[in-house]
Amino acid sequence: MENKETYWSENLRLIFICLAIWFAVSFGLGLLLVEPLNAIRLGGYKLGFWFAQQGSIYSFLVLIFWYGAKMNKLDKKYHAEG
Amino acid sequence: MDELKLYTYIAVFGTFALYFGIAWWARAGSTSDFYVAGGGITPFQNGMAIGADWMSAASFISMAGLIAFLGYGGSVFLMGWTGGYVLLAMLLAPYMRKHGKFTVPEFISDRYYSKTARIVAVICLIIASVTYVIGQMKGVGVAFSRFLEVDYDLGLVIGMVVVWVYAVLGGMKGITYTQIAQYCVMIFAYTIPAVFISLQLTGNPIPQLGLGSTLADGSGVYLLDKLDMVVTDLGFKEYTTANMGGTLNMFAYTMSLMIGTAGLPHVIMRFFTVPSVQAARQSAGYALVCIALLYTVAPAVGAMARFNLLNTIEPVAGQNLEYAERPQWFKDWEKTGLLKFEDKNSDGKVQYTADKATNEMVKVDRDIMVLANPAIANLPNWVIALVAAGGLAAALSTAAGLLLAISSSVSHDLMKGVFVPDMTEKNELLAGRVTMTVAILFAGYLGMNPPGFAAGTVALAFGLAASSIFPALMMGIFSRKMSGTAAVAGMIAGIGVTMLYVFQHKGVMFIPGTSFLGDMGPNWFFGISPNAFGSVGALVNFAVAFAMLKVTGPAPSEIQDMVDHMRVPGNVSAAHAH
Repeated sequence: MENKETYWSENLRLIFICLAIWFAVSFGLGLLLVEPLNAIRLGGYKLGFWFAQQGSIYSFLVLIFWYGAKMNKLDKKYHAEG
Repeated sequence: MDELKLYTYIAVFGTFALYFGIAWWARAGSTSDFYVAGGGITPFQNGMAIGADWMSAASFISMAGLIAFLGYGGSVFLMGWTGGYVLLAMLLAPYMRKHGKFTVPEFISDRYYSKTARIVAVICLIIASVTYVIGQMKGVGVAFSRFLEVDYDLGLVIGMVVVWVYAVLGGMKGITYTQIAQYCVMIFAYTIPAVFISLQLTGNPIPQLGLGSTLADGSGVYLLDKLDMVVTDLGFKEYTTANMGGTLNMFAYTMSLMIGTAGLPHVIMRFFTVPSVQAARQSAGYALVCIALLYTVAPAVGAMARFNLLNTIEPVAGQNLEYAERPQWFKDWEKTGLLKFEDKNSDGKVQYTADKATNEMVKVDRDIMVLANPAIANLPNWVIALVAAGGLAAALSTAAGLLLAISSSVSHDLMKGVFVPDMTEKNELLAGRVTMTVAILFAGYLGMNPPGFAAGTVALAFGLAASSIFPALMMGIFSRKMSGTAAVAGMIAGIGVTMLYVFQHKGVMFIPGTSFLGDMGPNWFFGISPNAFGSVGALVNFAVAFAMLKVTGPAPSEIQDMVDHMRVPGNVSAAHAH
């Protein structure tokens, strides 16, 4: 396939975006910034605590499906289904 | 026989009959059926099977208990054991599926053109898997002895026979379909009590929302605020902010669990069972959906169990429970020795505080929280019976997946791959079944005579996966030039550093007294606990491999072409042996 290089670099860009968000919601909001975030409330949850025990997991789910959908489009564009 | 016992027998043996039926229906006829279920599992089915495979007795029984007592600190398990699936979906699974082989060591041997690499990978895999299996076998024995009051050893033997029948008969095909059934049993058993308890405490039937709601007693106080208040009054750390060994330790711990999850071979090999690269990416998503159903309920189970426990002992501040009037579940768990009371001030009442001198609940085992939870909340007997069947489903499904990983690495990687390359398919299938039988007997023996180091080795299993397998696989895909020698050097350095650190604090081979730098916080490297050190080992692995790459020069061009081929889906054939 002639466009292998561009396919791969588009994939790498997507992975980079996803992993930046992956890091931000878990290590960022759930760990490093937990204290300032805990000042904000989400119902009975302190927001930092919520990210550590709930929000990060929901974000991971959205990330995986979003990446999968984006990659399916990319596969179609480069005729790389299979 | 009382009602509870009758329900438990029905739940446990009813589910066993179901597993046998499925195993007979889905028995394996070829090595492809045996190792990768013929490559024809749909992503959603695979997601449920991965969920059952991944969620072990530890997830089902222990995790909520850990969270109950660690509070916010328990978040490392929640984030660590789910975040790894993001890494799997983006960094490993699709490309390894495209390559199309049966096992993880086989992938490593192709990519690093080296039998040494394959053998190193097999050794890591076997150590990681065996330590896990021991835990599952112990879980089966405990569940039987607690719920059916049969002997621990007999319970273990029943568990071994059940796994043997469907794993040896069905291989990956039988295991996958049985795991789908086990996932359903497990998730019902986990969420139904949680829904009841959430409804009782907050009036909200969805545990994830109940945890953030106000109490149903009309006070208008949020459950978590009340819990924070109660635990701090007793001298414990505040529930929603209690840290575990400092931010850096929690960071390293979470990272170790994430990359360890992505590097565990029994999980990775599930992605070889789906028909395409696209399906491999989707499988990771469905797997996380199935896992998240339990993992987002677990914090609610943990917090509510702690709340109910404290509320039973001290319903109103200063009015403690009379020991003579303690509830039935209290007596039941005292019999097992997992709950112990000592009336230190001889007032006949139960005082439960953080202060060692006055605390009278001298032992509250974390593992009893999930199992005792329905009884503490006065739920009906059939719910308690369901929890017993769920715990067994969790332990058996994980044990089967691990046994398959062990037997395929011995029969396919060592025997067929290294020592007897001209073995026929029929003989390889037989070898797989014989190896699995031996592995079950070995695991059963270790379950009956647990080695003293069993508890410490789970850390080692994750440490090994994180510091050796994950970096080797990732570099194999994302660095075309990475050479075999450099990768093997990285793996050995990563394992070496991790094992050295674990041993120096926990004892050589976990033998007490042989640790040369005591198991104490002040001696830890930047305060990182041995369980969390896998992430440092992984960094060492990457650093050594890239440094060695400068010395060895890049991988041969045909290997670089292979990597290029792996990166783009297109024309994927079914998983095959050659």
